[in-house]
Amino acid sequence: MMKVIETTTIKTPYLKLNRRQQTIISIILSASFLLMIILGGIFSSNEKIQTYLEMRNLSPSLQHIFGTDWLGRDMFVRTLKGLTLSLGVGMLASASSVIIAVVLGMAAATMGRKVDTFISWLVDLFLSVPHLVALILIAFALGGGIRGVVLGVTLTHWPSLTRVIRAEVMQLRSSEFVEISRQFGKSSWWIATRHILPHLVPQFFVGLVLLFPHAVLHEAAITFLGFGLSPHQPAIGIILSESMRYLSTGMWWLAFFPGLSLLVMVRAFDILGENLCTLMDPYRGHE
Amino acid sequence: MSLAAPLKKEKKKLIKPKQIEVQKIMKPVKDIKKLQATIEVQDLSVSFIQYTKGLQQKDLKVISSLNIDIHPGEILAVVGSSGSGKSLLAHAILGILPSNATVTGKITYKGEPLTSKRQEKLRGKEIALVPQSVNYLDPLMRVGKQVRTAVKDGDPIKAQREVFSRYYLKPEVENLFPFQLSGGMARRVLVSTAVVSGAQLIIADEPTPGLDTASVKEALKCFRELADHGAAVMLISHDIETALKIADRIAVFYAGTTVEVAPVEDFKGKGEGLRHPYSKALWGALPQNDFMPIAGFQPLPSALPPGCLFEPRCSMVTPDCSKAQPEARTLRNGMVRCIHAT
Amino acid sequence: MHSSNLLIFAMKKSLRLATLLIAISFLSFTLISYSPIDPVQAYVGADMMRVGPEQRDKIAEYWGLDKSPLQQFTHWGTAVISGDLGTSMIFRRPVIDVIKEKFLASLALMMIAWILSGILGFTLGVIAGMKEGTWVDRAIKWYCLTLASTPTFWLGLLLLIIFAMGLGWFPIGLGVPAGVLAEHVTMGDRIQHLVLPALTLSILGVANVALHTRQKLIEVLSSEYVLFARARGEKGFVLFWRHGFRNIALPAVTLQFSAFSELFGGAVLAEQVFSYPGLGQTTVQAGLRGDVPLLLGIVIFSALFVFTGNLIADLIYQIVDPRIREGESSL
Repeated sequence: MMKVIETTTIKTPYLKLNRRQQTIISIILSASFLLMIILGGIFSSNEKIQTYLEMRNLSPSLQHIFGTDWLGRDMFVRTLKGLTLSLGVGMLASASSVIIAVVLGMAAATMGRKVDTFISWLVDLFLSVPHLVALILIAFALGGGIRGVVLGVTLTHWPSLTRVIRAEVMQLRSSEFVEISRQFGKSSWWIATRHILPHLVPQFFVGLVLLFPHAVLHEAAITFLGFGLSPHQPAIGIILSESMRYLSTGMWWLAFFPGLSLLVMVRAFDILGENLCTLMDPYRGHE
Repeated sequence: MSLAAPLKKEKKKLIKPKQIEVQKIMKPVKDIKKLQATIEVQDLSVSFIQYTKGLQQKDLKVISSLNIDIHPGEILAVVGSSGSGKSLLAHAILGILPSNATVTGKITYKGEPLTSKRQEKLRGKEIALVPQSVNYLDPLMRVGKQVRTAVKDGDPIKAQREVFSRYYLKPEVENLFPFQLSGGMARRVLVSTAVVSGAQLIIADEPTPGLDTASVKEALKCFRELADHGAAVMLISHDIETALKIADRIAVFYAGTTVEVAPVEDFKGKGEGLRHPYSKALWGALPQNDFMPIAGFQPLPSALPPGCLFEPRCSMVTPDCSKAQPEARTLRNGMVRCIHAT
Repeated sequence: MHSSNLLIFAMKKSLRLATLLIAISFLSFTLISYSPIDPVQAYVGADMMRVGPEQRDKIAEYWGLDKSPLQQFTHWGTAVISGDLGTSMIFRRPVIDVIKEKFLASLALMMIAWILSGILGFTLGVIAGMKEGTWVDRAIKWYCLTLASTPTFWLGLLLLIIFAMGLGWFPIGLGVPAGVLAEHVTMGDRIQHLVLPALTLSILGVANVALHTRQKLIEVLSSEYVLFARARGEKGFVLFWRHGFRNIALPAVTLQFSAFSELFGGAVLAEQVFSYPGLGQTTVQAGLRGDVPLLLGIVIFSALFVFTGNLIADLIYQIVDPRIREGESSL
């Protein structure tokens, strides 16, 4: 009788690349993009962001691809410097935040119920006020400046990650290989350094990837509101808040390009992190 | 032919179902073979696409060249150890395999090929599944309502209440959520969904594990009744003893294919009536028989032997066995895939 | 849920709220007492030059600034417990009144954005989940991830550039037309001023709900009960409505309620961009101009706001999910 029931078609991956090749290409592209921002920000000369009154208010052109501002400063270079600053602040703040999260997460999972209850209460406490309000409060207390921003972003971003790490460590602790080590009489220090910590190293990077976009965006936001870096520093938040005064004169490029660049940078970091995680995770790599 | 003879006595004791209209195709189960098969599966293979090392794709064959057929009024038990692809056979017949599965071979339902279009039309209406566990019920929907959604014609509420009273489910059960059901109740609710649909082919996937003896008996009784009213029942189980209690024929499943199909009465004594060495070993492994475990392990779908699938573990192995997978052949009112079987 | 359970639930929650509020007040107060910003200057504002040292001391004494931080805290704390949050330095009105008035303005903004982003996000998530793996899904996912990387205030500026300056459809900012007396402001005026900030706020809220809903729907669709539903012949919209919607609506709604924190933060930025006179903008002013009583009041209020959202999310689960609601009474 009749033949063949059904053959589901195998989806050909776009560009004829398999998943791993796609991952690697995404990593290379996003990493080199970020590297270009950093190098550009560090090595571009300050000359272009001096005041050139004869070149002010120029709309984007080949010479000034992001245009110039009311002082004749090149917006592209300002943006580049701003992005580098944001990247640095974001990295510093998110890395410190992850460290807090790892320490507290491990403490909560290993140091008994009292510590666990206290840390979980602390997490709730820090999550109970909107991030931005807490940031304003901290920046206010520290009198603004880069210190206030870094500290503020650090102190507001660890709680959610702490929960994740606590759960992770809890799971590790009850896993079979740890159980066996314990039965072999290994000390908890031995177990912590041999079994738990190696698992937390990838967690550290995953945490960084998760926190960085929030950290950068909050840095920009708090600076935009006027609590962060001083107006002399080339931060994206400053550039955008300054631009608001000139929008009504039709200088749209003052706001458009710097913001877009920030968006692209955060997204590039996102893509980089996501793909790095895929590459590192033995389970997801083989899907 | 006396396929159903040993079961006749038991059948008389059954309570006649009250109202449920199950199409009466035939009188007592005799001369099954003369009727057109409800379902006939020939040379069915199911494989999954898998990525190995991220660079190559590989086809993972979980079911290979499988043959079975079930006639109206008959219960065919598909018996095999876990991981042999039994559930996938059920899903393949219903056409609900995941999208990365590839299916080849032919399935005919009542003489017509079962295309995916036809599967879509027939499932839930003529072909019904009785799933394994309560997890197959929507956790947020009251069970009565879930049974009603399976009713294809007539008054859903009436049909659901009737089937509940028939399976001794109290009226208030219809307002419970799945998590509130006990194991036995859940089983009866699951069977109810198949019964109210009025299906001609019922595929029961592991309907008994986790039940106490009384509930097992009751569950099996349900299937016997359905078969006695003309439905074809496929009972998938890893428990050969349960299968022997009610099935008419047993299909022995090994590493993704059926190695033997035998009438239930062949499973007796030392298993002399059986055809395939694996069936004999399986029969011998039962506690009431020799309680002899079979040496070795069932091969994984990724590492199937080139010849007979049972060759690495077979006690009657000869060099010829590893040459090619034996064709299915008819033997003494049954089917076998072994070149040595007599 | 049984009434006794409800009582225990309420007691637990109140205890939690009390400890959180006390801790927040204490922490905030400590932080502020270390601030280098001079509260006297904040009070006097631009007239600082005309204030002599004697007057300074008087002002400090009036606000209790000459006392030790601990004394100040006890003083302020007892007043707060009796419901008095103090007087705002910049508005020269009781903090409670200021918060009430500004919050009402923000509420309209936040409500619209909250509902809009919920509906839009849920719909997008459902579409992406139903079409998992297709280009539609990929596009929605990409869009949501990009939204998540978008600075709120920049999006606001963008909308401002396009719709207010470029097309001139909406006013450039403020809650009401400038130079018009309060009693002459029409409902239409207010709505016109609300559109862009609300849009800004809702566009960003979409990503979270959409991605979450998509994930949840994919989980549900690969569940055993959906497989069984398909085996019973259900498909397409009926399948989604009967089993998908039922199982993803609750998580989505509760997620929206627990997103009050982000909503508040977003409102601060959106209001700042559009000079919308709500609580968000007031927070920024209080911070920039050193209005300590107002800032503390807003911190406490925002914590209450977030707590309310989480409480509602919890309550919905308790009331709607049968596994919790009827859990005790199972057979």
